[in-house]
Amino acid sequence: MDPRRAPRTVIDPKVRQVGFFAPPDRSQSVPLPQSSNSPSSTPLSDLSPSGNSLSPVMIPPPRHLSDLSSLPITAGLPPTRLSPPVHRFSGESVVPIGSYNPSEFASPSVGDLFEDKNARSPGPRRSRGGGGSAKIASSLPAGGFELPPEVKPKSLTTVSVFSNLRPNVTEKLVEKSIESQDGSGANSKQPLKEKTSKAERRALQEAQRAAKAAAKGGNGVANIKTGKSNSVQKKDNASVAAPSEKRLGDHKDKDRKKDVPHPRMQFDDATRVEKAKKRAIVKQTEVRNRVELFRHLPQYEHGTKLPHLEYNFFSLNSNSVHPSVYKVGLRYLAGDISGGNARCIAMLQAFQESIMEYSAPPERALNRDLTAKINSYISYLIECRPLSISMGNAIKFVKTRIANLPLTLSESEAKANLLSEINHFINEKIILADKVIVRHAVTKVRDGDVLLTYGSSSAVEMILLHAHELGKQFRVVIVDSRPKLEGRLLLRRLVAKGVSCTYVHINATSYIMHEVTRVFLGASSVLANGTVYSRVGTACVAMVANACGVPVIVCCEAYKFHERVQLDSICCNELGDPDAISKVHGQKEVNHLKDIADNENLQILNLTYDVTPSDYVSMIITDYGMIPPTSVPVIVRELRKEQIWSG
Amino acid sequence: MWWRSASFILDRNDNLLQDDSVPKPESRLLSPPSSYMAETVHNPNSNPNPINKISAYYQTRAAHHGVVTSDWLAQAQAAVGRDQPSDSDTSLKSSASEKPFSVIEEFNNWRKQPDLAEAVAAIRALASVIRSSEANTIAELQSELKTASDSLKSWDTTSISLTAGCDLFMRYITRTSAFEYEDFNSAKSRFLERAEKFGEISYKARKIIAMLGQDFIFNGCTILVHGFSRVVLEILKTAAESRKVFRVLCTEGWPDRTGLRFANELAKLDVPVKLLIDSAVAYSMDEVDMVFVGADGVVESGGIINMMGTYQIALVAKTMDKPVYVAAESYKFARLYPLDQKDMVPAVRPIDFGVPIPSKVEVETSARDYTPPQYLTLLFTDLGVLTPSVVSDELIQLYL
Repeated sequence: MDPRRAPRTVIDPKVRQVGFFAPPDRSQSVPLPQSSNSPSSTPLSDLSPSGNSLSPVMIPPPRHLSDLSSLPITAGLPPTRLSPPVHRFSGESVVPIGSYNPSEFASPSVGDLFEDKNARSPGPRRSRGGGGSAKIASSLPAGGFELPPEVKPKSLTTVSVFSNLRPNVTEKLVEKSIESQDGSGANSKQPLKEKTSKAERRALQEAQRAAKAAAKGGNGVANIKTGKSNSVQKKDNASVAAPSEKRLGDHKDKDRKKDVPHPRMQFDDATRVEKAKKRAIVKQTEVRNRVELFRHLPQYEHGTKLPHLEYNFFSLNSNSVHPSVYKVGLRYLAGDISGGNARCIAMLQAFQESIMEYSAPPERALNRDLTAKINSYISYLIECRPLSISMGNAIKFVKTRIANLPLTLSESEAKANLLSEINHFINEKIILADKVIVRHAVTKVRDGDVLLTYGSSSAVEMILLHAHELGKQFRVVIVDSRPKLEGRLLLRRLVAKGVSCTYVHINATSYIMHEVTRVFLGASSVLANGTVYSRVGTACVAMVANACGVPVIVCCEAYKFHERVQLDSICCNELGDPDAISKVHGQKEVNHLKDIADNENLQILNLTYDVTPSDYVSMIITDYGMIPPTSVPVIVRELRKEQIWSG
Repeated sequence: MWWRSASFILDRNDNLLQDDSVPKPESRLLSPPSSYMAETVHNPNSNPNPINKISAYYQTRAAHHGVVTSDWLAQAQAAVGRDQPSDSDTSLKSSASEKPFSVIEEFNNWRKQPDLAEAVAAIRALASVIRSSEANTIAELQSELKTASDSLKSWDTTSISLTAGCDLFMRYITRTSAFEYEDFNSAKSRFLERAEKFGEISYKARKIIAMLGQDFIFNGCTILVHGFSRVVLEILKTAAESRKVFRVLCTEGWPDRTGLRFANELAKLDVPVKLLIDSAVAYSMDEVDMVFVGADGVVESGGIINMMGTYQIALVAKTMDKPVYVAAESYKFARLYPLDQKDMVPAVRPIDFGVPIPSKVEVETSARDYTPPQYLTLLFTDLGVLTPSVVSDELIQLYL
């Protein structure tokens, strides 16, 4: 009954929980899985590659969140099976990760927080309280430092000191572990913190650090940032019983698996952020004035990461990140590679190189170890720049292929198989798809048309050039916007080929739209409700075009489609460098914001993507032909079917 | 797509359907091919010639509906310049076999039957290509079919249903992977079997749609009809036979006056009918409960391409919140996606204004327009009652 593209009349306010990740009672609703998800009881099936392949890349439905959220708990754990009391101890120290306790964000005083935490922590954990700490105290010095050196994963040796002045950071809890590590046997539930003076604590920490360093022989990367008076030390637990050789492997694997942060990590969740930071290869500084509505997104100082990474390039641990992947990451960071297809191809090629040089360690299955490896690469790439949806889909593809490798294949065969599969993906899903798109789209260009495009899309560029080669008489309007001004490059290339072009900024869209007959837009992704997720400004152009009755054609390869539904551009987006919009290069007289950039009343928001509702899109051209935006779910469905069949 | 056909509705209502509506040629289809072939040899029919700009599709329709227009002249011209298509015929013949057989002739033979849609005629003609083929391999047979369907398509590029029907036929016939594993003869018979089945489904489509569509007609309603659509007529006929009481407003349907003919048909059924001139649609829209239109083609966006005037009726209906129902067989689903009215292969039709027109005056001769999906309410097809957005779903599934 209802028309498909009726004007949207929804004006009632949307109740949206911006930046919140879960209802507070979630941990209570699923207490059992969480508490049973200790490393000792983790079933091996969790480690299966298929399970692996899903969690880090896909944006999983909320139920997966509970699994993932429990991963950080195990992140700091020593690579052994722990006896229950020991586990209780370590679990206690990281309670806030598993349970989203609202008090973390509210309670200002440490003592309050502490009490609160204990009072609220879910049942199973509490029930295991009591005498545990004493046991730990005794077992710690003995077991903790007797690990054979090859056993130690890096996280064990990482001593990171936090310098956060904010009261709402929850790390104070760790105090407890320090107390018990000290061997004092104090009841860990007692809020001792107020009693110990700053100096005392400091001394304590130094002592521990020294002891640890001595024990470890300093074979780890100490990521120490000291100097702040109120620093609190968070120490990874080193309590262990002697591990058996077999489990070692599993745990190493698990550690790598844990390495991958959730691709849509909520950055207003302080605990998780800290966890992620500890694992990070890239050192990032947070922006001073974070935009309130976008706190759930990473907001880092730009330009600080690159020198650090470059510096680290030669001291690379061969274990962690393959040089080619590292290089690609650096190029993402520097902005050398941008655009969905380019980034995706670069990543896949880096993976190919790393696979080529990869050899599975003895006594480990290739597909498991390789998946773990790829996971660690991905986590590195995410640190450099958040993954685009197209990359997520490509990663999903790679992992499915790895997981589905027949076990009978020899290593070289498996590698050759993988390499050709990846090649196939690049050729078929990206390069060939673009050709098909161009072929379809050119039929929509008539003589005398005025085509408008926004920014710089590789697909649109190919279409325009091909139409020009075919001798069609048309004119192009390139709409561009600050700060990236990508349209200029496109303009340059088109003009060089002899296409007649007009260049305007986005402010002039409404003026120029009256003479336009077609709007061609690229897209970073198309979501299941037909929403187009693309460079910020696209929605504006599409809306103006729609208001002027100009058909809007979106060109997007089908591998970029995603089954997620998104209604606004707030919940998932990427934030660019705020300086990029506050400063205008080369024009001193308009840099009015220069001296107030640090003013806390000023929040500068530089969004990278926005979301165009499907109402404003007339047609989507994909490698499956020209489809209306309502048919995106069909493509997504068929693609998934295809993957299952061939997989 | 085809196996999901809603033909169960026919089985259920078998007693409701009158068998006499099935024309005799249908029974002949199932007869052995020998008599069939004999008929094609002495086929005297002239091919309406596509070289002059008149849309052959509309010529056929005009011939079927017995409407006298200036097409007569065009047809006479076509008879004169007949050599050109026969060139392609000979080339086809030589490539196919030594037998004097031509798809076009076969097609025209089928096309003469007024009750048979053009696409169904094409499907029948293609089926007879398989039957008479002397190919020895599957590949040969397939390429033969391909040439035949290409020549059919190029015979009239303006007919959407012809093109779509040929494409769908090819998809339907060849879309089994098991051909590699059997010998040629069984494969060929399977081809033939599928072809006949396809023809059968396509032929039944109209009945299925009629059964589905008549449910939407309620007692005492007023229906606006535009153009002469055999499917719409079938729906109304079915509704009248099930003793529903309704009234029909017919537009006149310039320039070929299809509305007059439609009103005639309805009058035969004792359905109260009123004729409007085309420009009176908005005037009488307030007394209308629903709009029924047929379609020349259903495009991927879910919109339809239909006789000139459909778009404006849909616009008026939308403004006045009246539902617009489209009755179209699924062989009219085409892989086209017009962005606007001019984004189509033009189907030109001469218009006789009755008075001499000065040469300086330009005449819009386009025969059809495109109605975007947002102005349509539902599509009645043999796949079921669909919303416009499902069309693309079906097409993707078929062509993927």
